[in-house]
Amino acid sequence: MSISLSNICKSYKKVKAVQNISFDVNPGELFGLIGPDGAGKTTIFRILTTLLIPDEGTATVAGFDVVKDYKAIRKSVGYMPGRFSLYQDLTVEENLTFFATIFRTTIEENYDLIEDIYVQIEPFKDRRAGKLSGGMKQKLALCCALIHKPKVLFLDEPTTGVDPVSRKEFWEMLKRLQKKEITILVSTPYMDEAALCDRIALIQDGEILDIDTPEAIVSKFPKTIYNLGANNMYKLIQSLQSYEHKYSVFPFGEFVHYTDKRDSFEVANLISYLEKAGLTDISVEVGQPNIEDAFMELAK
Amino acid sequence: MKTENVIEADQLTKTFGGFTAVNAITFEVKKGEIFGFLGANGAGKTTAMKMLIGISKPSSGTAKVAGFDVYTQTESIKKNIGYMSQKFALYDDLTVKENITFFGGIYGLSRTKIKEKREQLVSELGLENISNKLVGSLPLGWKQKLSFSVSLLHEPKIVFLDEPTGGVDPITRRQFWEMIYKAADQGTTIFVTTHYMDEAEYCDRVSIMVEGKIEALDTPKKLKEQFKADSMSQVFLKLARNIE
Amino acid sequence: MKRFVGFIKKEFYHIFRDRRSLFILFGMPIAQILLFGFAITNEINNVDIAILDHSKDATTEEIINKISASKYFTIKQIIAREAEIETAFKKGKIKAVLNFEKDFSKNLIKDQKGIIQIITDATNPNTANSITNYINSILQNYQQSKNKDIVMEYQIIPQTRMVYNPELKSVFMFVPGVMTIILMLVSAMMTSISITREKELGTMEILLVSPLKPFQVIIGKVVPYIFLSVINATVIVLLSIFIFKTPVQGSLFLLGAESVLFIITSLALGILISTIAETQQAAMMISLMGLMLPVILLSGFIFPISSMPVPLQIISNIIPAKWFIIIIKGIMLKGVGMIYIWKETLILIGMTLFFIGLSVKKYKIRLE
Repeated sequence: MSISLSNICKSYKKVKAVQNISFDVNPGELFGLIGPDGAGKTTIFRILTTLLIPDEGTATVAGFDVVKDYKAIRKSVGYMPGRFSLYQDLTVEENLTFFATIFRTTIEENYDLIEDIYVQIEPFKDRRAGKLSGGMKQKLALCCALIHKPKVLFLDEPTTGVDPVSRKEFWEMLKRLQKKEITILVSTPYMDEAALCDRIALIQDGEILDIDTPEAIVSKFPKTIYNLGANNMYKLIQSLQSYEHKYSVFPFGEFVHYTDKRDSFEVANLISYLEKAGLTDISVEVGQPNIEDAFMELAK
Repeated sequence: MKTENVIEADQLTKTFGGFTAVNAITFEVKKGEIFGFLGANGAGKTTAMKMLIGISKPSSGTAKVAGFDVYTQTESIKKNIGYMSQKFALYDDLTVKENITFFGGIYGLSRTKIKEKREQLVSELGLENISNKLVGSLPLGWKQKLSFSVSLLHEPKIVFLDEPTGGVDPITRRQFWEMIYKAADQGTTIFVTTHYMDEAEYCDRVSIMVEGKIEALDTPKKLKEQFKADSMSQVFLKLARNIE
Repeated sequence: MKRFVGFIKKEFYHIFRDRRSLFILFGMPIAQILLFGFAITNEINNVDIAILDHSKDATTEEIINKISASKYFTIKQIIAREAEIETAFKKGKIKAVLNFEKDFSKNLIKDQKGIIQIITDATNPNTANSITNYINSILQNYQQSKNKDIVMEYQIIPQTRMVYNPELKSVFMFVPGVMTIILMLVSAMMTSISITREKELGTMEILLVSPLKPFQVIIGKVVPYIFLSVINATVIVLLSIFIFKTPVQGSLFLLGAESVLFIITSLALGILISTIAETQQAAMMISLMGLMLPVILLSGFIFPISSMPVPLQIISNIIPAKWFIIIIKGIMLKGVGMIYIWKETLILIGMTLFFIGLSVKKYKIRLE
């Protein structure tokens, strides 16, 4: 096991940050912690990177205990905290050199590992890190976290606040790193990024809702989802909310995802109910659930 | 119903020295519309929005917001718009009630009106039990909902939402969008800037800014057809790649 | 070692790229020393005084002449009766009145005691104090010149300030104080800010999750500031020698060594502050309120410790700056050697070890 947590609990004063968290990450796996802000993702990261001591439970990283063997862990992991945590007043190259030096290595030594990321920011190597765009900063931070060839890489919300193009590129880089036998634990509040992980843990309010492959989590969704559209979104939601057979009603972009309490029902009845409520241009079709539907169902 | 234009921008431009942050953008937003204003970081969204809310003077072009000119009538614009951003919303060290009273006061509501609005808002959001708690102690999702309601206190014609819903859980996020739909249904225009593309799917129409220009403007459905994409995220990726 | 050098190099990048801290580092000492030297001074010049002479004999005349001959005082008015004193003050020009008792000369010879009442306008207590001191010094000079001829001694008013600062140059008194403040400011405040900045930026998190040991981080943070503080101390001493002509009576080497000791004390305090403060702002507030104020108010820099209430006198003992000021006043103005200041030096060393020990104990290897 590359990372293993067993019944981890942690509270800050009276607030329970995480409760009874257990999961294992296999060597070379890309594992995602998916959940909103305040779910406890960062606390888990900090426990695994030896920055916090759990109140209860045990955890190991690369075979080392997070409390007893913290020094060994600090030598063998790479960590990219949630906030951009590099020296803004140092240039790209100075930042990278600094982190290489404190890990007793050089840029040249592990260049093959960071090469395809670093070439993208190399044209700006004399620019101060604070003056880089969001996507560039993430790439630099990733290079700094990789410079000592860690066995396990911890990335806490690496794509928050980054534009879609950079996000996509970032995930492509992670996929390539995985091939170099680095275990990656990544967290994100974006449900659509879950599908890019090998396995995910859905987490909310400090508790794990489910752990599985993204496909398996979606396939476990118990209901048939209907995509409903109409001329007035607000009235559509209101009408559906007061429909006696509704199970869940959630707006999803231009549609509403609707599930019914009954196992099977006549769509025509629903349409006529909505028409009576004064809605027009009603469209109904069966849709596919996604991670977000699954998350909301589990979080209920 | 959606006929009256509440925002009209024509060739609106802003340059900083030799750098053109916003390059001759032209668009209009109708009453009661939910208008998504998308773009990557640094595409010029914030600069454009600052011109519209009257805190930055355009370099050239014209624009009217709520019927007022962005060059000469900025004070009138400010009275007729609401503003909410993720960075600054409410005072964490004031209670829910105190925040409502304070922001009501800023917009010159009468004392009785503030009281009425405060009670209405607290009961609508279901905050009765915690209305005397500090806002800082509330979960993020509640803060956002409260913050949006506060931006509607003075019944503005347009509400500008700057990156409103990053990081909240999916259920709270949907409750938030239901509130937006409701406000729009009552005739308030919603102007949302965001770089979360899935947020764009909820808008009536979206514009996508790339390097200071509006490169696409239509309903999400039509944009997806036009770019042969499944999601707005893909639309954005294709658009950004084409331009590169 | 290479790792350590890399760390220090990084610190210097920070320092030289941040204009604000650079300004504090090098602008402040110069500004402060010039400010205290030229602007804020207790010296007096051409103060208007009045004379009420009940005796009108040769001695009083001699004294009056001596006073009016000095550049410090101008005799504006001669008063005839006690009742006029108040009106003279009320007109506002007069800052002091010298009241010679009746039969001044006779009493001086008969009882070895002549009484001169010095009445000063104490609306500005500092000026009033200085005026009294100046007049006293003139009287004393006069006495001494007289006593040369006569074997019999008159009563002598001890005036320590004038013994070691015979020209009454207040700038001499300020140099040790300013030096203390600057070293405290640069060493304690700047280090605590630079450590808390890493906490605020989140880079401390990365440094903790690295093979760097905590003490290496601390030493790496501190070394550049030792270097800069030594430069600062040198600049201050040079400024005071060449611009204000302050004499350095004692050994320059000893002065340097004691300064380095105090710099280390301050750095230890700075580290201690950074273990408590989470933000740069908090570090700054604690440094200013917790260090600067006591240094200014309780160290004896501005207000003499001997004239403080007893509780404050006791508190002043725990302020490192007090001991350092005693040490450098001794070295610079009195020219004393180690024999006279070993006690103070030991106290400083003890305090330093205590602060270092405490901050090592408080320093966290984790986030909580």
